[in-house]
Amino acid sequence: MDLGQFLHASRVVIVAGKGGVGKTTVAAALARMAAREGLSTLVVQVEQSSGLARLFGRPPLSYAESSLAPAAGTIAEVRGRTITPDDALLEYLEDHGLRRISRRLVSTGAMDVVSTAAPGIKDILILGKVKALERSGSADLIVLDAPAAGHAITFLLSVRGLLDAVQVGPINAQARDVLELLTDPARCTVMLVTLPEETPVNELVETAFTLEDRVGVSLGPVVVNGLYPALSGLATPPDEAAAQAGAQLRPGEAEAMADAAAFRLRRHALQEAQLARLGEMLPMPQLHLPFLFSADLGPSHVDVLAAALRDGVSALEGPAPASPPTATA
Amino acid sequence: MTGGTGLGDLVASAAILVCCGSGGVGKTTTAAALALEGAARGRRSVVVTIDPAKRLADTLGVASLTNTPSRIEGDWPGELWAMMLDTKSTFDDLVAQHSADADQARRILDNRFYRNISSALSGTQEYMAGEKLYELHEEDAFDLVVVDTPPTRHALDFVDASRRLTNFLDHRLYRLLMSPTRAYLRAVNLAAQAFVRTVSKVVGGEVLDDALAFFSAFEGMEGGFRDRAERVQALLGDDATAFILVTSPRADTVAEATFFASKLEESGISVASLILNRMHPRFGTGRPEADRARARTHAGTDLGSLYANLGDLRAMAEGEEEALSGLSARVAPAPVVRVPFLADDVHDLDSLAHITTHLFPA
Repeated sequence: MDLGQFLHASRVVIVAGKGGVGKTTVAAALARMAAREGLSTLVVQVEQSSGLARLFGRPPLSYAESSLAPAAGTIAEVRGRTITPDDALLEYLEDHGLRRISRRLVSTGAMDVVSTAAPGIKDILILGKVKALERSGSADLIVLDAPAAGHAITFLLSVRGLLDAVQVGPINAQARDVLELLTDPARCTVMLVTLPEETPVNELVETAFTLEDRVGVSLGPVVVNGLYPALSGLATPPDEAAAQAGAQLRPGEAEAMADAAAFRLRRHALQEAQLARLGEMLPMPQLHLPFLFSADLGPSHVDVLAAALRDGVSALEGPAPASPPTATA
Repeated sequence: MTGGTGLGDLVASAAILVCCGSGGVGKTTTAAALALEGAARGRRSVVVTIDPAKRLADTLGVASLTNTPSRIEGDWPGELWAMMLDTKSTFDDLVAQHSADADQARRILDNRFYRNISSALSGTQEYMAGEKLYELHEEDAFDLVVVDTPPTRHALDFVDASRRLTNFLDHRLYRLLMSPTRAYLRAVNLAAQAFVRTVSKVVGGEVLDDALAFFSAFEGMEGGFRDRAERVQALLGDDATAFILVTSPRADTVAEATFFASKLEESGISVASLILNRMHPRFGTGRPEADRARARTHAGTDLGSLYANLGDLRAMAEGEEEALSGLSARVAPAPVVRVPFLADDVHDLDSLAHITTHLFPA
């Protein structure tokens, strides 16, 4: 599929997945990939956490936008910001001529009363702010790092719930606008992230069906994160491989090598099985990201993942008819 | 072993184990494995999960878990029970217990604002988890209560939840509105009413009426809730309660866990044990740089692949140790237990028992 076509399909991409699957990493890689194609990109996180900034080697984000990766040549800038419900509410009230009351609403804890009275209001405020950013055209692409999965469903479903609860007033109008954004594939796509493991795969499938059926969002390709890259020749016994290469192994090396190879082969096989299972349960295109053998991911890793994402997207079947498969012997 | 108490001793002697950590690090499975070990050591143990996934019920071989403990049959000297926290019915029970009469209880339970509390008010799940573990502890039917906490970023959300929620229920906005309009209070009251008008413009009057009706129905119950909340907090701070921090060895989750540990420390609670899940195994003692250099020398051959893989996995194991070193030092002398990444998900009691062999090595 053409990369530009993919990136211009909708201005807002919501990246969602269960905790621990690397959702934030995927959001960062997607932003970096878009920036490399010249799209100025804004990443929005909805919880105060250091993960996203850390991936770009930057200090933690705040409500004000800051740069995550500078523009360079044809590469556009990646910016980031945190939008918490309290921030969004303050801004909302100030924009609606309620500046005097706004600080007090937050400081007296009345926000808790309001958000309990009208569940989903916090989510609407965040999504409403994202919608305003989309409308303002300040970025070519907005990547929203959604809350963890169970919550991602509530997060997106809350719009419909709120429409029932609050039938008049500015919040109702806001909820309608947000629902319009979420259900318009030309404006918004949800990308779901998983690991090639049993429970995350199950949860992803469940989330995908719920989001499509109950929210009516358009789902982009599914991102499978953390795949062990295949290495050929791992099944060869180390002594034999050394003899073939005319090399000498050190004491103990053959055993460590054989154990390590067995570990990787087993993991690889398990991951392949989960990929296949995901494909059967959810007939949607998949994008695969490699496991990077690092416990601390930084900007160089984000670049590697952005490149893998780009390759994956290019290999997707686009709307145009794909070239016929070549016959094999 | 360090100067702290081993994880085995904790399971053998603590009355309550609270497992905390961020999402996706294996908290639920760890909590179940600790309760199973308790039963294996002859204790009557119960695990309280907040994870609605059916997986734990399947693992334990029961059709489903409910808000009351189900007994899990098996070959152990003690007892193993499991339950899944139902926030709403736990709260309903609490309301029923503390209300003056059936009428007050009904007015609260039927209120729309009240019905939203369990699903929409942040901290309610933590509050009810605390309430449930207090209830189980008091019942005397169990020696060990293991609780799996919601994946909140702030450990204190759990420790503090009962106090915060009690404050909420006793909300001063409501008090201002309902207080007798004595002269000196009038100014405040007028401001509060202006405030309420503004809020109702934003969310609609009906919604706010529900809220005020709730607070009005709740009147008189704050005291009972507050006493109870204080007892729950005292229990969480008691020596019989141990906090177990669960994490995976990635720099970002370790950063979250470190934040957790520091927040617990601030409220005078120390981490009793650190459990590291999903660790990569270490193969031999060589350095990854050397393996990778040889992989380049032999690139394109099977030996090259074997070295590349050895280098990848050794780099991973080293990176994990490095990511964890600060946290391990921080929680010292609390014991640190490593559980390797397991190829298969935990499906049944046998595989759960397999986890305990890593948590409690002979």
